[in-house]
Amino acid sequence: MTTLTTSNPGNPGPVDVHKELHGDQLPRRAPLMVVGAGVVVAALLYVLADVNLLLAALVVFAISLVLPAWSAAVEGRRKATDRLVTVLVTSSFVLAMFPLFSILITVVSKGSKVLGIEFFTFSMRNVVGEGGGIYHALVGTLLITGAATVISVPIGLFTAIYLVEYSEGNRLSRWIRFLVDVMTGIPSIVAGLFAYALFVLFFGEGVRMGIGGSVALSVLMIPVVVRSTEEMLKLVPNELREASYALGVPKWRTVAKVVLPTALAGIVTGVTLAIARVIGETAPLLIIAGATDSVNFNLFDGRMASLPVFAYASQRNPGIPPEFSIDRAWGAAFTLLLIVMLLNLIARLVSYFFSPKGER
Amino acid sequence: MTSTLDPRRKRSTVVRPGDRIFSGLSTSAGILILLVLAGVAAFLTIEGIPGITASPDEVKSGQSFLPYVWPLVYGTLLAATIALIISVPVAIGVALFISHYSPRKLGQVLGYLIDLLAAVPSVVYGLWGIGFLAPNMAPIYRWLEGNLGFIPFFAGPASATGRTIMTASVVLAVMILPIMTAICREIFLQTPRLHEEAALALGATRWEMARMAIFPYARSGIVSAAMLGLGRALGETLAVAMVLSVSAGTVTANLISSTNPSTIAANIALSFGEASGKTVNVLIASGLVLFVITFLVNFAARAIVDRRKDFSGAN
Repeated sequence: MTTLTTSNPGNPGPVDVHKELHGDQLPRRAPLMVVGAGVVVAALLYVLADVNLLLAALVVFAISLVLPAWSAAVEGRRKATDRLVTVLVTSSFVLAMFPLFSILITVVSKGSKVLGIEFFTFSMRNVVGEGGGIYHALVGTLLITGAATVISVPIGLFTAIYLVEYSEGNRLSRWIRFLVDVMTGIPSIVAGLFAYALFVLFFGEGVRMGIGGSVALSVLMIPVVVRSTEEMLKLVPNELREASYALGVPKWRTVAKVVLPTALAGIVTGVTLAIARVIGETAPLLIIAGATDSVNFNLFDGRMASLPVFAYASQRNPGIPPEFSIDRAWGAAFTLLLIVMLLNLIARLVSYFFSPKGER
Repeated sequence: MTSTLDPRRKRSTVVRPGDRIFSGLSTSAGILILLVLAGVAAFLTIEGIPGITASPDEVKSGQSFLPYVWPLVYGTLLAATIALIISVPVAIGVALFISHYSPRKLGQVLGYLIDLLAAVPSVVYGLWGIGFLAPNMAPIYRWLEGNLGFIPFFAGPASATGRTIMTASVVLAVMILPIMTAICREIFLQTPRLHEEAALALGATRWEMARMAIFPYARSGIVSAAMLGLGRALGETLAVAMVLSVSAGTVTANLISSTNPSTIAANIALSFGEASGKTVNVLIASGLVLFVITFLVNFAARAIVDRRKDFSGAN
């Protein structure tokens, strides 16, 4: 805070110009002091009085509200409102972080108990009580998601190419773009019912098949692939296309050899994120792929286990005694979370290291 | 193949077979997507109609379609509405924090953290809801019943396990937070810099700037973000199916008791495994109802977003 002293004939003594311009203000460190005091009090309560974490967080919040009250006394109503909103906005962010860390901590602490070599290499066939593993579910998840990727990526890629390179903004492309957006909101269970209704027509009632799960996941995956690929293709500079045409390269080769390689990093990122989105889907697989205790490598034959369905079923029907099965559910959830986070990390790394320079 | 919009491309008169194949492939991929969407509606209708017309003694529930599906629609709307009421203010707050309150460089990292919430699979949310949230909510419900029991929402008797529609709604609120935050954040960041600076130059505090410059600009965006979140909440299956303790056919405003209405999606997930005959068709028909509701909500939300795009000049 700088204080300028001016000599004023009518009013002897120094005049605080800053104060005159800004009115009374709280010290700069006021927010830090108040929140710090809140944290200290909450920590003391947490250690000494053994209140739970949620209550401690509430204490910090309540003490933070001192700041707007103090401000109202010193700075006036408008600035007090501003400070109140700052406290609310900041605490809404902290509030949103709470479930994230709570989920991570709960899943890691409860899930890491069962992880081990047996957990990843054994199926649940003929397992009662302790032991067994998620090998069958892991195989199922990888096969089903892999097949969904094989179905979705070509369709999504070519649709994006159509939208960016061929449609030239006609009515069909506007409808496709709009409906793809709407499709991203299809509930996953509806996608599962669609796959079931489709397969029932060919295979009769009660059909359960891994490939049906792939079809259902594709319905959820295609819109994500289309949108991300479209964004990436739009980023490719037009000069590259024009240079290619100028050399007499046909349009399809321009798209295949110039446009796609330029956008490749972005497309791979988008596809990886799309896989991460569908690999955790439970509802459609519950309906069309079902659950089983045995390993099944054939997508076209009978029930197929998957990680999310395994976690759900182990929690829902734990058998007796229940704790082993519920431990396995947490273990499967932990594995699933690891896979999803890994895919997200890969996506970010690919986009960071392989995008053309200047687009980062 | 030849373009009317771009004169530079018009000169390529030679159409090679490769060109024809490539453009044919991409066009048919685009049309295939439209067919898939039409197919979802068509197949659900084909398999659903026998369920709608089934007589009460042909299905497991022993009810005709409308009385069967009405409590489910009620439960779906109730859970999604509460989730929205909880989530919208938080989402706006978080978006505002990331876009205007936190330091610019930090903002992107904080955005990633929120996006991580979107990456968590729904079954993990379900496990968390039943293993962590529900037991921790139970004391709160007892307190609500004791102190606010005169309000019909908290009439009780409070659930001992905490597996109530309120808990399910809290889980839903967390699940729809990331998408709403992402959209609000984008739109807040698009607010014209000059509007913000003009407000600040006139002596507005940061909150007054937000109220005068950001919110009027972002209003339609916030509405569509809320509707997209609503669409997600309506269709979420597993988290609700795992958390909620359901009694069939309940329609009640009581949010904290252990008798709760189920939601359409959760009901399908819970009953599909053991269903056979016409019961399957009834479940598919209820799925069709859910599809129509979410389709309308998403359609409206996207239409608002698109209309805004045309006028804002943001892109």
